[in-house]
Amino acid sequence: MTDQELIWRIAGGSGDGIDSTSQNFAKALMRSGLDVFTHRHYPSRIRGGHTFVEVRASNENVRSRGDGYNFLLALGDSFARNPQEEAYYGNEEVKPLSENLHDLREGGVIVYDEGLLAEDSIADLDLEERAEENDWHVYPINLREMAREHGREIMRNTAGIAVTAALLDTDPSYFETLMEENMSGDMLEANLAVLEDAYARAEELEHTHDLTIPDAADHDEEQVLLSGSNAITYGALDEGCRFIAGYPMTPWTDVFTLMSQHLPKFGGISEQVEDEIAAAALALGASHAGVKAMSGSSGGGFALMSEPLGLAEITETPVVLVEAMRAGPSTGMPTKPEQADLEHVLYTSQGDSARIVFAPANIRECYDQTRTAFRIAYEYQIPSIVIYDQKLQGELRNVDESFFDREPNADPGAVLTEEEIAEAAHHSSGKFQRFQHEPEDGSNVSPRSVPGQKGGRFLATGNEHTQEGHISEDPDNRIAQMDRRLDKLDDIRADLDENADHQTYYGPEDAEYGILIWGSHQDTAFEAVDRLNDDGHSVKALGVSDMMPYPVEEVSEWLESVDEALVVEMNASAQFRGLTQKEIGRFGPKLSSLLKYNGNPFEPAEIVEGFETSINGEELAATNLKYLPAAGD
Amino acid sequence: MSAFSAIGEERDIDRDEFTPGIEPQATWCPGCGDFGVLKALKQAMPEVGRNPDEVALFTGIGCSGKLNSYFESYGFHTIHGRSLPVARAAKLANPDVEVIAAGGDGDGYGIGGNHFMHTARENHDMAYIVFNNEIFGLTKGQTSPTSPKGHKSKTQPSGSAKSPIRPLSLALTSGATYVARTAAVNPNQAKEIIAEAIEHDGFAHIDFLTQCPTWNKDAKHYVPYTDIQQSDDYDFDTSNREEAAEMMFETENKLYDGEVLTGRYYVNEESPSYGQEKQATGEMPEEPLAERYFDEDYEWERSADELLKHHK
Repeated sequence: MTDQELIWRIAGGSGDGIDSTSQNFAKALMRSGLDVFTHRHYPSRIRGGHTFVEVRASNENVRSRGDGYNFLLALGDSFARNPQEEAYYGNEEVKPLSENLHDLREGGVIVYDEGLLAEDSIADLDLEERAEENDWHVYPINLREMAREHGREIMRNTAGIAVTAALLDTDPSYFETLMEENMSGDMLEANLAVLEDAYARAEELEHTHDLTIPDAADHDEEQVLLSGSNAITYGALDEGCRFIAGYPMTPWTDVFTLMSQHLPKFGGISEQVEDEIAAAALALGASHAGVKAMSGSSGGGFALMSEPLGLAEITETPVVLVEAMRAGPSTGMPTKPEQADLEHVLYTSQGDSARIVFAPANIRECYDQTRTAFRIAYEYQIPSIVIYDQKLQGELRNVDESFFDREPNADPGAVLTEEEIAEAAHHSSGKFQRFQHEPEDGSNVSPRSVPGQKGGRFLATGNEHTQEGHISEDPDNRIAQMDRRLDKLDDIRADLDENADHQTYYGPEDAEYGILIWGSHQDTAFEAVDRLNDDGHSVKALGVSDMMPYPVEEVSEWLESVDEALVVEMNASAQFRGLTQKEIGRFGPKLSSLLKYNGNPFEPAEIVEGFETSINGEELAATNLKYLPAAGD
Repeated sequence: MSAFSAIGEERDIDRDEFTPGIEPQATWCPGCGDFGVLKALKQAMPEVGRNPDEVALFTGIGCSGKLNSYFESYGFHTIHGRSLPVARAAKLANPDVEVIAAGGDGDGYGIGGNHFMHTARENHDMAYIVFNNEIFGLTKGQTSPTSPKGHKSKTQPSGSAKSPIRPLSLALTSGATYVARTAAVNPNQAKEIIAEAIEHDGFAHIDFLTQCPTWNKDAKHYVPYTDIQQSDDYDFDTSNREEAAEMMFETENKLYDGEVLTGRYYVNEESPSYGQEKQATGEMPEEPLAERYFDEDYEWERSADELLKHHK
């Protein structure tokens, strides 16, 4: 936590324009020279329900959600069910205010729309009393009325932005520019008018708070604001992916939608199909025909992909699948993040797994590792899975624009041209040997042909097969084919060690303790490591992205170097700790776990608390976390 | 220049080219109707002028799925019920390849029923041959989606309480633009229908009656059969949906009364195929996508040039 940070939370109902408003707010702050990071919280509903987005902004490197927040813009839920009716969910209209008070920091600011939340509707909140206790500064203001005066009620959010800007003494011109870029005509005029009006009215209020916007430190270069889903999409496109098939499911829908929007411009094809079995099967069909292809889903949909995934493994058909995790089991909590599908993607489908699984931790890693996933899939003819979660899917963060300035690579990998096929090994009957026991270059990859190429005919089959692809139960052939498919994993491990840099080391090398982490909480853990070291602890962290093939040597070496390590993950059964122990086969007594599975991502302070609890051997005070001691403890 | 020189090659095609050197002899049971499909398919190929390297055959699981082992072409023996989604993406990726899909009645009308419905609805340009023997053969004789009501098997010991599926009606309702039924015992008609289905620009469904002499001994061997186009008893317009639907309904009923009707039921030459529809919306390139990966001069688009501007 730095003193110089704003964590602004806009809260309303689904449909109140929270997403787009927060995105503009974050972009404006980014343009002003600040680093920004957003965190979304929303229910599985089309309209109504308590939704918020947080924008954390600072002139220091911002890479995670913070601890609590310090500025609330509570729009109220204009899509709430009738507050007069008895309802299981209570009074929904007021939730954007009432549900956000518990983690507002001392000295924080509250702005709420008194046009929607009249005095009697908030009477039960004891707002005045609590404000005094916590030194909160409350500004009721009639945003609804202002919006109505200038046109449409939805413009409450524009009015709210203006009030925020006025209370924080910020120049509203960044917001004006953004509106001019995104709107036109009457709509633009009306929004600009609301902005000006609300800014003026908020300036007139007596300002009692100290909170200001952090001083802007200019960025060294142009920044872009984007999400993990954007980065996965751009990684896929830059690696030559031109085919996607999918079926909507939260949160996977994000990548599917982005790809569908961009592929036509890139001369590619997107197919929305009847179910996820078909989606994965289509990706295999396109790849078989020579196109770089992908599919994906979230837990339930990915379960349906188990059989096509196994088919890709045995037929050595390259494909990339994305798994966007949400809280399970079954339908679980559709809009909440969790990291509980790790074992699902590693082991689903019958038989021995031969697949690649990467778990990127942030936007840069989403881009890089998606590209690597495609390269490995097509060079080694193996399915690659990129597993991420609802948190990384939706959070926005600024990145140097130059990061994306890369050369595309559309190389389809181990595919032969017709000239090469003519030279390649064929069965005496003329059939191309697509699945050679011992490929000519000494590797375990037998190059393929694609339909339509002269002399390249072969049979791809889900049965065990001979070198030409014909069905066979011959024991020697079985061993040769199985060994070659599985040995590719060792080759890929060596390739990644040489050409990729997927594991992230953080903190002082000679630290006494370690925090071991995977996926989207990595950067939150890094923030916790900084604080722990500032507080006199000796801690470092390792973020692991290669789930399969697991980086056994790297992680072993790192674990050797620490006395104990805390494995932090968002699930209830310590899946990554289990994987680590299975892969390495030792260190059991060194590894304890900090788990969270209540649907909300870790805050840095929670990892700090979990760590201190673990080294002191105390009971964990926080009830939303779970501590799992090391084996044998 | 195309990277796929087998496509559109001008030469005479001999049906023997489609007999693989590795497994020339199929291992189906003696008297199996599947031999009839294989033979008719091979005979149809010279008629449509396609060579083995430009044909991709996608099959499901079951005795019918073995078709790939005994038919020389590019082949993909997929998983149970899923030949159609694999096949249709291959067609979108390279529309110049002749895509044929095949499977059994359990594969296509049971486990893959959803894909059958949607592939027909989308009118993908391919022929789909369903080996309909009214039984699960390879798993040893269980009741299938086309088994008659009352059919007894190890899994339905008191006789099936379910009415069979109506494959022709289902194809029509779903959106197939060519629907026919033929039988293994009618090789000439089978060959002609397969050739027509391959040449049809859209989803062509053939319900191919294939007797199972091992597990469905009670079933007739689909003789005698009537070719509805040859018979004076039936007169209807195959381009008329309502008349086709009525004829299909009658045919499906009569099969279970012991009367085998075969022939073309619905032929719609007007509807564009899915690929054409998709190209018309601008969401599918005019040049086969598969060619692009072999084009060394192609300038691949970059996200940095096209998309980053929205994020500034």
